[in-house]
Amino acid sequence: MIVARAAALTCLLLLAPLAASAVQPDEIMTDPRLEARARALSAQLRCMVCQNESIDESHADLARDLRVLVRERLQAGDSDDQIRAFLVRRYGDFILLKPPFKLETWLLWGAPFLILLAGGGIIFVARRRQTSLAPAKSLSEAERAKLDAMLDEEGS
Amino acid sequence: MIVETGHYALVLALALALVNSVLPVWGSVARDQRLMAVAPPVALMGFGLVAYAYFALTMAHVVSDFSLVNVVENSHSAKPLIYKITGVWGNHEGSMLLWVLVLSLFAAAVALFSRSMPEDMRANVLAVQSWIAAAFILFILLTSNPFARVAEAPAEGNDLNPLLQDPGLAIHPPLLYLGYVGLSITYSFAAAALISGRIDAVFARFVRPWTLIAWISLTLGIAMGSYWAYYTLGWGGFWFWDPVENASLMPWLAATALLHCTAVMEKREALKIWTIFLAILAFSLSLVGTFLVRSGVLTSVHSFASDPTRGVFILLILVIFIGGSLALFALRAGGLQQGGLFAPVSREGALVLNNLLLTTCCATVFVGTLYPLALEAISGEKISVGPPFFNLTFVPLFIPLFILMPVGQLLPWKRGDLAGVAQRLAAAFGAGLIFMAILAAWRGGPAVSVILSGVAVYVILGSFVDLGRRLFGGGVTADMVSQRARGLPRHAFGTAFAHAGLGVTLLGLAATGWGAEKITALKPGEAVEIGPYELTFESVVPRNGPNYSELAGHTLIRSKGVVVATIEPATRFYPARRMNRSEAGIATLGLGQVYVSIADVAANGTVNARIFWKPLVALIWIGALVMAFGGCLSLSDLSFRVGIARRARKAQAPHPQPAE
Repeated sequence: MIVARAAALTCLLLLAPLAASAVQPDEIMTDPRLEARARALSAQLRCMVCQNESIDESHADLARDLRVLVRERLQAGDSDDQIRAFLVRRYGDFILLKPPFKLETWLLWGAPFLILLAGGGIIFVARRRQTSLAPAKSLSEAERAKLDAMLDEEGS
Repeated sequence: MIVETGHYALVLALALALVNSVLPVWGSVARDQRLMAVAPPVALMGFGLVAYAYFALTMAHVVSDFSLVNVVENSHSAKPLIYKITGVWGNHEGSMLLWVLVLSLFAAAVALFSRSMPEDMRANVLAVQSWIAAAFILFILLTSNPFARVAEAPAEGNDLNPLLQDPGLAIHPPLLYLGYVGLSITYSFAAAALISGRIDAVFARFVRPWTLIAWISLTLGIAMGSYWAYYTLGWGGFWFWDPVENASLMPWLAATALLHCTAVMEKREALKIWTIFLAILAFSLSLVGTFLVRSGVLTSVHSFASDPTRGVFILLILVIFIGGSLALFALRAGGLQQGGLFAPVSREGALVLNNLLLTTCCATVFVGTLYPLALEAISGEKISVGPPFFNLTFVPLFIPLFILMPVGQLLPWKRGDLAGVAQRLAAAFGAGLIFMAILAAWRGGPAVSVILSGVAVYVILGSFVDLGRRLFGGGVTADMVSQRARGLPRHAFGTAFAHAGLGVTLLGLAATGWGAEKITALKPGEAVEIGPYELTFESVVPRNGPNYSELAGHTLIRSKGVVVATIEPATRFYPARRMNRSEAGIATLGLGQVYVSIADVAANGTVNARIFWKPLVALIWIGALVMAFGGCLSLSDLSFRVGIARRARKAQAPHPQPAE
């Protein structure tokens, strides 16, 4: 798995051979509560030039720009939702690592529940069919009479 | 010269695979023993040839033969020998050759170690394995030839990606492939059973050890990859829900489900249809994973479309093998007799629920991984499905599995009694609750971590309740306990350890909530507190490695004023590719780790450091080791049993009559 991840990282590193690492000391906000919000928010935003990395983890320059942007908006007093909405207007849903629930994604979010329900349904039907096919548990009248006769024979 | 012989050996291996694709099946249909007897020696020869081809490529890398495209693109004469050897599978062509090597290794192992198997079954299994081998050797020869030469050999190669120049590369891919590709053998067993129409407890008995081998390797391979990512990528994460990671998680989930339902099929002849389906599914997911990783479709649907040869080829293999086996499945499944009946509350019932949840988890990962690709292909709209999605869907599905695991272990076959099980688990459950209460009162911290820690304690203790009862039940002496321990089948211990291992991993995951992180600029001599420790960054030491130069930050870790560890996080520069890579400094203190990575070393020696305290983090990987240990215990038992069957048969006929 890491082979492909490394390949993806490589193209980034080649673009910026001396790129810095993820969140830098000089980016950090003085207010720890705002900084905590900034970190939580950046962990949910995709670095657009990376393969499945959040801007919080990414080494890319674009990620740094976005981290700084998020912090500027927080400083200006925007709410988390406002910042997300701003970024989606600019970059589209692609930037959200948690896809929004809408017409195109209801199947994605619904899939786990639908599959669980379908699986449960199949098991239920299979059991019903199996138990109906199973031999009757109690003996029929004729069998019982025959058994009694055999036992009587044994006893005498 | 040796390169050409390697290339030739691979072509010969293709020819043998084609022979083995036809003759044994023909033999089993015509009931011709001679044709069926072709399969084992040809499988062994095929393995020998692929191994030779692999050896030839490795030699080319070791001697830095820069007349080979593959060596030029991925090697450098100054690269340390270990990375020349492991670098063979650090690129597309070489890793596909490793893929085929593992595939033929499993065929050879079946040829050697499954003598007690019915002859037609073995012939069919090896034939199906040869179909897969033929398809992938053809893929290598036509689209990804590692033996291609360059017209004018350069004096030096481009070197291997520095991120891959790591001991992790030596261990992770081979283990992962043993698991991933090892599942091919369960597929071959399932397809063989469908061809011959004999789907019974014998099938389950023979397929179980192979599934277990693949599962153990996959468990270790995934854990190893996660630890490698953890210490290499420099931000302390260990699982990213990356599509490439998901590609290995899906077969693991399917293999775990398969392990559990082959138990039902072997003991009770129930769930036959589902077991066969799962055996096909597990390897199909390996194929899907190979397609995702190898076709370039992950980077972008468009990059896939611009150079589709490889992708389309694998897609074709995928369609033929998955489609073919499912068609065969549909044809045969209807005629299957269902086996033993069971009540909903029973061992079988618990395993059905286990399979339902594991399969749903697996399907969730599948949908989450492929949805963005499908959506982009259909509507052109780009969305991201990242960790938040999987944490919200996968985790809630997995928690019930943890709760049910000890319950299932305690339920008897056919019909069980929930109240009795609850009574026996009360102690473990209570211990979990008390642990939660103590944590909440004493440490506080995120509620999720507290709850998951309690669940983990319950799982670890609950896994051993059954074993404890069977060993220590009813006031016994030490002698009796050891006698009972010898009498118990080893797979009972295996199950307990494997389940407890998962609990140990969960505890490690839960503890991440109590970690600490600091991002700060450090001047030489500056001290900083992290968790219970104090770090002093002493100085930056420049050094030269075999093919890199590095700046290492000499750092002391103190606990209450006493130095407990020294670490040297570093940034490395590899001149061949002009690439930087950070090397984290990690000190394992107890079960926790202090993790430091540095970047941007200024002229005055100041560094930008990312410092973590990760309590109990080692448990995440120790848990995987415990799981694999449990698997090995069960494996020793299973193979033992197959061996006994063979020896018993020999013992019955002490004076073998000369044939005819």
